Amino acid sequence: MSKQKRNPGQEASETLGWWHAHRFMILRRLSQITVLALFLLTPWLGANWLGIHLIDGNLSSSRILDTVPMTDPLLALQTLAALHPLRLTAAAGALLVAGLYWLIGGRTFCSWVCPINPVTDLAGVLRRKLDIRTSHRLPRTARYWLLGLVLVLPLVTGVLAWEIVNPVSQVYRGLLFGMGSGWMLIVAIFLFDLLVSQRGWCGHLCPLGAFYSLIGKASPVKVNASRREQCDDCMDCYAVCPEPQILPIALKPAKGGGPVLNPSVLNKRDCTRCGRCIDVCAKQVFDFQMNIKFSRQAPDTSRATKRSLAK
Amino acid sequence: MDKKNDKNKTLSRRRFLTGTAQAACATGLLGLGLTYIAEKSKVHAAQALRPPGALPEDDFLAACLRCGLCVRDCPWDTLKLAKPEDPIAIGTPYFNAREIPCEMCEDIPCAKACPSGALDHHLDDINEARMGLAVLIDRQNCLSLQGLRCEVCYRVCPLIDEAITLKRTHNERTGAHTSFEPVVNPDVCIGCGKCEKACVLEEAAIKVMPRDLAMGELGHHYRLGWEEAEKAGKPLIPDLLDLPDRLPEGTKL
Repeated sequence: MSKQKRNPGQEASETLGWWHAHRFMILRRLSQITVLALFLLTPWLGANWLGIHLIDGNLSSSRILDTVPMTDPLLALQTLAALHPLRLTAAAGALLVAGLYWLIGGRTFCSWVCPINPVTDLAGVLRRKLDIRTSHRLPRTARYWLLGLVLVLPLVTGVLAWEIVNPVSQVYRGLLFGMGSGWMLIVAIFLFDLLVSQRGWCGHLCPLGAFYSLIGKASPVKVNASRREQCDDCMDCYAVCPEPQILPIALKPAKGGGPVLNPSVLNKRDCTRCGRCIDVCAKQVFDFQMNIKFSRQAPDTSRATKRSLAK
Repeated sequence: MDKKNDKNKTLSRRRFLTGTAQAACATGLLGLGLTYIAEKSKVHAAQALRPPGALPEDDFLAACLRCGLCVRDCPWDTLKLAKPEDPIAIGTPYFNAREIPCEMCEDIPCAKACPSGALDHHLDDINEARMGLAVLIDRQNCLSLQGLRCEVCYRVCPLIDEAITLKRTHNERTGAHTSFEPVVNPDVCIGCGKCEKACVLEEAAIKVMPRDLAMGELGHHYRLGWEEAEKAGKPLIPDLLDLPDRLPEGTKL
C-alpha cells in the first residue's frame, strides 16, 4: 500500500451514523470487559452474594458456577505433549472450549476475549494516526511454525514451556491474581506492534491465534462480502483489517470484471470475526453470516443475492 | 508474502525453500531459547512450597495449567500464583510458610479444585500430604537449644508430640539445667509450616523445605541388616562366627 489511510470509517460515520460505524468495535470492547469483569467480580460475589461463583480461574482453565469446566484447548494439548494424562475435568473443559470456538468462529477468541487484542489494536490505531510506516515484514506463516514449536517443546523439556512466556495467559493471570512485573510483557508487545512490525504479534506470531485459526477454519460463523458489487475500492477495510491478506479473495471481481452476483465469504481461516470491516464500510459490503447447512437453506440465499436477482 | 498468489503459481521453488529454511532456523533458535528457560524453571527456591497433593515437581510442571482454581478455593489466602519475579515457575501455585502457612483443611479444597490432576484428587487425609519437611536448620540461634524455655514450634505443631517432639538434653552452658530440643519426625511432618511461621526469631530457626531438599536418600542397593532380619523373621547370617581359639602351647582356658 502506497498510502496509509488516517481516518478509515469516516465516510461510514458520516453516511450511516457514528454508532453504525463503530458498533462491532464497541460490542467487542464490551465483550472483553464483561468477561474480565465476571472473573474479577467472582471472588467478591462469592464472599458477599449468596456464595455464587460465576466464573473462577482464568483463561487457562476456569469453572462456571462451580460446575462447568473450561480449559484452553491448546494448553490441554501441551499437557498431553508433556505426557501428562489430563484429568477428565480439564479434558472435558478443553473439548467444550474447542467446540464453542468452532461454533462461533475460531479466532473470535482473538478479537472478542483475548486481553492482548486491545493492546495491539491500540498500537494499530496509533500507527495509523502517527503515520508510522516502517514495518519489519514477518511471514504470516510464522505463527504456525511457532504453534508447532509450542507443541514440541513440552515433549522435549517435560514442562509446559510456552506457558512461561505466553503473554495471553500471563496478562489475564496478572489481572486476576497479581501482575507483578508482568506489565512489561504488555508494554513489549505494544512497542513491538507500534514500532517494529505492523500487527506483528496477533497477525503474525501468536500461536494461540494460529490454533484458533485452525479450529475456526470450518466454522459456520463468517464475515461475508455479500454486497461486494457495491464496493467502491475506498480501501477503508484494508486499513482496519488485522488480517488484510484475506480481503482480496472477498473483493476481487470475477473474471471479466464488474460486479458479480455470487457472494463471497471471508472463509480464510485467519479472519478474527472482529467485524471492523462491517463497521467502516460506507457501502455496507460486509455482514456476518451464520452458515449452518439446514436442508431448507441453500448456502447462496443471502440477502445480497436475492436483491441482485430481483434487480 | 503479499505477492503470493492464492494458487501459489508465482512462488518459485527457490523462494519456497529459502523461506522454509529461514522459518525453520528462526523457530529452532527460539526453541533453544525457550528450552533454556524451561530448564531453568524447574529449579525453585526452598521457601516456595507446593499445595497439598502436588505431584513431584517435574510432573507438576507438566500438569499444572496455572489456572488458580486452587488459589481461589483456599479459604485462608495461603496459596498464591507465582508472578514473573517470584522464585518459582511462573503462574504455578505456591505458598511461603513464614507468611501464611497451610491450615490443613480437612476437606482439602485446593486439591479438589485442581482440574488437571497436578494436585492429587485422591488425597483424602491432609495428614498424608507431604508439602515439605520442617528442619531445625539453625541450631546456633534456636532459643530452645540455648537452654531457654521457648518450644513455640512444638506447641503450635498441629501434630504435636508426633511431628515435633521435645528431646531433653543436658545444658552444657550452665551445667545444671536441661535443654528441650525440638526434634522433627520426617515420617509424620506434612510441612504445613506452622512452626516456621511461629518461630519467634527475626529469621526462623526452624524452616519448612521441599522434601527432596530436606531429606537424604539411601543408596537403592543398601540393605539395613536389622530391617532385613525383621522381614525374614531371623538373622540373615546364621550365627555368630565362632573362630577357633589359638592359644600359646601348653596353656588351657
